[in-house]
Amino acid sequence: MSALIEIIIFSAAAAGALAGGVGVVASAQPVRSALSLLLVLGSLAVMYLLLAAPFVATLQVIIYAGAIVVLFLFVIMLLHARSGEERPSKLRGQRVAAFVLSAAFYAAILAVLRTVRSAPVSTIGSEFGSAQFVGGALFTTYVLPFELASMVLIVGIIAAVVIGRPFVR
Amino acid sequence: MPLVLIIAFPLLGWLLNGLLGGYLPRRMVGVVGSAAVGFSFLIALNAVQQPERAEPWVVPLYTWIAAGDFVVRAGLLLDRLSSTMILVVTGVGFLIHVYSIGYMAEDPAAPRYFSYLNLFVASMLLLVLGDSLLVLFVGWELVGLCSYLLIGFWFERDRAASAGRKAFVVNRIGDAGFLLGMILLAVTAGTLDIGRIGERAASIAPPALTAITLLLFIGATGKSAQLPLYTWLPDAMEGPTPVSALIHAATMVTAGVYMIARLHPLFMRAELTQMVVAAVGAATAFFAATIALVQWDLKRVLAYSTISQLGYMFLAMGVAAMPAGMFHLTTHAFFKALLFLAAGSVMHAMHGAIDMRRLGGLGRPLRFTMWSFLIGALALAGVPPFAGFFSKDLILEQAFLRADGGAVLLLWMAGVLTSLVTAVYITRAAIMTFAPPSAHHVAPHEAPPSMWWPMAALAVLSIGGGALGAQSAGRPMVQGLQEFFGLTAHEGAAAPLWLALLTPAVALLGIAVGYFAYRGRRQINLGRVGTFLELEWYLEPLYDRVIAGNAKRVGHMLATTVELRVIDGAVNGIGLAAARAGASLRRLQTGYVRNYAAAILAGTVLLIGWWLLR
Amino acid sequence: MSVPIPYYLALSALLFTMGVVGVLVRRNALVIFMSIELMLNSVNLTFVAFARQFGTVEGQVMVFFVMVIAAVEVVVGLSIIIAIFRTRDTMDIDDVDLLRG
Repeated sequence: MSALIEIIIFSAAAAGALAGGVGVVASAQPVRSALSLLLVLGSLAVMYLLLAAPFVATLQVIIYAGAIVVLFLFVIMLLHARSGEERPSKLRGQRVAAFVLSAAFYAAILAVLRTVRSAPVSTIGSEFGSAQFVGGALFTTYVLPFELASMVLIVGIIAAVVIGRPFVR
Repeated sequence: MPLVLIIAFPLLGWLLNGLLGGYLPRRMVGVVGSAAVGFSFLIALNAVQQPERAEPWVVPLYTWIAAGDFVVRAGLLLDRLSSTMILVVTGVGFLIHVYSIGYMAEDPAAPRYFSYLNLFVASMLLLVLGDSLLVLFVGWELVGLCSYLLIGFWFERDRAASAGRKAFVVNRIGDAGFLLGMILLAVTAGTLDIGRIGERAASIAPPALTAITLLLFIGATGKSAQLPLYTWLPDAMEGPTPVSALIHAATMVTAGVYMIARLHPLFMRAELTQMVVAAVGAATAFFAATIALVQWDLKRVLAYSTISQLGYMFLAMGVAAMPAGMFHLTTHAFFKALLFLAAGSVMHAMHGAIDMRRLGGLGRPLRFTMWSFLIGALALAGVPPFAGFFSKDLILEQAFLRADGGAVLLLWMAGVLTSLVTAVYITRAAIMTFAPPSAHHVAPHEAPPSMWWPMAALAVLSIGGGALGAQSAGRPMVQGLQEFFGLTAHEGAAAPLWLALLTPAVALLGIAVGYFAYRGRRQINLGRVGTFLELEWYLEPLYDRVIAGNAKRVGHMLATTVELRVIDGAVNGIGLAAARAGASLRRLQTGYVRNYAAAILAGTVLLIGWWLLR
Repeated sequence: MSVPIPYYLALSALLFTMGVVGVLVRRNALVIFMSIELMLNSVNLTFVAFARQFGTVEGQVMVFFVMVIAAVEVVVGLSIIIAIFRTRDTMDIDDVDLLRG
């Protein structure tokens, strides 16, 4: 695709991601945070497409946007979640410390990035990032982690059931 | 007959009386104790007389220490020197045991008494029969222990208990010197066996030799109550009188003298030490005699007298007249034990009173006791033909002859002066105790037979014992010991006649002075001099203030400052520090997840920063 | 590829930092959780970017696993949150300080 279109799409997706990020962190109501998260996820999916990772993008939409955010919304409704931040914070200086540390952190990351020698971007084939492409690696080289991941899923399900049971005295 | 039995019998008596004494009838206890020592005496006689045994006779028991080149074998050694000692110890010991049967008849703790007394005899025999310095030291310590046990026998009495403790502690000070000397000897000579010490004595460097002998002599001053470690002996009179007779007159206190005799190869080569020994002996003799002059307690008079006579023995050892010293040790055992037993008889008759100011007029009711005491007194004063004359005279003669006009002459003069004072104080004691007028209203009765048979035997020995060293009788003991010590008879140069007459003259002079001064039981006030003597030439307050006072101060400081602040402070401090550290660290656990998250972030930033700066 | 890869990386770092701020500053438990999801996603972006740069599959495989684990984590985490906060009248995690030392 042409360079210009790529740049436009990237900018839009980036703006969306940033806006959504701010929304997640800064919204007063949890529902709005959840919807902002949805925006972030969508923007990121677009960027994955730009980066020749169609399969990952699909997964992103299905799993993240489709399941996880829905789960969040369910829990928010279940708990009649208020913001929980009516009372003033018990931790003094936490906010200041948070911003200072985060700024330092960001600076550190950028410094790290600066040390990385930028290599030329490799050329890729057309099947790069496709389901066969990722699946091929998953079922051959990385089959063990794949199986373990399924076990983790089972454990998670069982854990959820157990924790969610009503507490009988 | 195995020599070991000589020690085994008293040990058996110790165990029997100690463990089963409570179940035996009272009389049996004393008989058991006496029989044990009696058997030892018979074995000693037998062993000494065997003509076919080797000289010296070594009975090895077992190898005690085997550490590379350094080997200590424990065994028994019987030669002329130890023969003398075992006969004295078991003989006099037996007599005193028999005496004790009567003396302790009323005391419910008699089984304990006899068991300790047997243990003492066994320990003393171990001391004199040991063929190695280490075995000797074991016996040395054991007799110190028995001394403590017996001095504090009536432990419910405060004075007795502290007297026992004092004896042990002062002894211990001397023992520190003894131990150091022993270690030094082991290091330089490589052995502690008596025989081998004799062989290697010549190869020890003089400075080391002087150090060794001086250190050992310090031990002797402690055990034999010489200056400056004599203070325990007068207080030791708190114990039962037979104990004073056996331990603090005849046997234990002579251990120091014996030790020097035993190690004569070392001592005879250490001239400086010999001077020290002789000087200390002479000084102590004079010092103690003057103090005996102002004591009111009869037993304390005898105690200071013992210190004084021991001084004579050390004087003899110091001028290398060792046979004379051993001879005096023997005769002193006889007449001093006799004097103590007589004193005990007086106490027994007067229901425990021993302050001479409250006695008097006992001559008629206690006739036998009085004659025993007088015989002992005459022997002590040195009047011929009593035993004490021969031994004391020999010492003074030897001191004079070896003086060659040097400093030793001073020591000889001190010895002569001491004889004078000795005669005075013992006369005073005799008069104050037995002569009229009496200062009491008690009707005393004489001692039972079990008590005066031993006194009679000792009286005979005090009279006839001089034969062991008398010129006319051929001097069997002295001659034999002379050969043992390898000494050439120094009296080849004949002693001037006036010297031989000096001793009895001085003795008689002293008796006369004492008689005229104290006739009628007059209590003379010696004024400032008297106070000076009563305070032991101000040594007693000096010891109290300087040594005891400072020791108490140090102890107090340790108990309060060191114990409470330093030690408790350190220990508690550790606990407190741990608690405080925990309390401060606990503040990290705020319980707030956000704090923890912030901490993680901070850590991460630091890590990245460190990586960047690397 | 006209948008250089470092741009993607910078964006990802920014998103991550935003997520960090959210975790530290917000007190609502669910919002905190969502901030964590934001952080995870930014990491996913980084992985994919590098996968594109070097032409390897590993980056995308990693993203796959991240998503799986994130899903499990959300499930378990939310059930815990339900268990804790159902009985209280608050959503403030500062109120859950029972482990205070």
